[in-house]
Amino acid sequence: MNWVDILCAAMGIAGGFFVLVGGIGALRMPDLFTRMHAASLTDTLGSLLILSALMIQFGLSLATLKLVAIAIFLLFTSPVASYALANAALLSGHRPIVARGDQPDELDLDDLLIREPELPEAGADGVRPEQNR
Amino acid sequence: MIFLGAILAIAVTMSLALVRALLGPSVYDRVLAVNMFGTKTVLLLSCMAFVAGRSDYLDLALAYALINFIGVLAVLEFFRQRERATETPEGHIRHPKPATAHAHAHADTDPATDAASGASEAAGDSEPGA
Repeated sequence: MNWVDILCAAMGIAGGFFVLVGGIGALRMPDLFTRMHAASLTDTLGSLLILSALMIQFGLSLATLKLVAIAIFLLFTSPVASYALANAALLSGHRPIVARGDQPDELDLDDLLIREPELPEAGADGVRPEQNR
Repeated sequence: MIFLGAILAIAVTMSLALVRALLGPSVYDRVLAVNMFGTKTVLLLSCMAFVAGRSDYLDLALAYALINFIGVLAVLEFFRQRERATETPEGHIRHPKPATAHAHAHADTDPATDAASGASEAAGDSEPGA
């Protein structure tokens, strides 16, 4: 058992551990946003560790190229999906649970929201009021 | 052998995500769990490609990653354009409109006419026999 196998085994075990911990966290966390935190742990760290172990095992081949493509795609899409989910949940009225010591009034989450830009009403001639001025 | 353990961990995580998708109080919990389930499907297929010795499974994993991402964004866009989910954050189902008394009013219109129409139908049925 050379060092490549040892490295691969360590990465595989660590990846399986992080995936399992993320799954337990996504089931047992109290809030939507903390659940997203736990789920994104499995999306990045667990996926990268397991895919890296597989890349080491496959060696230089076409399979490694496909694994690199999968890893890059997961790294691009997972933050986008998390952002879209968090923004949609905030827009629909979900608010994260804040700690008891904080002052929730000072935490204005409405400033963080990305809303649709509200266009001003068009006049009778179809020109917006700003352009008339 | 290592990847058999990884497959086991991924399968357990997929079942936990499925439990969260089934009992998640809001729609967004369900979307999160389904997204997680899809990502774990990609990982499971990659590990199975090594264990089974067939690198064809990696193509399936890539296709699953694409479909999962597009599906999650499509569901989120759908719920954003409806401007609200069907459930409040506390998990109560919000009814958009009070139920109209349409069918109810129709049901208790004049049982006499119903009986009369039934009688006429019975008469009409008995007519060819007579």
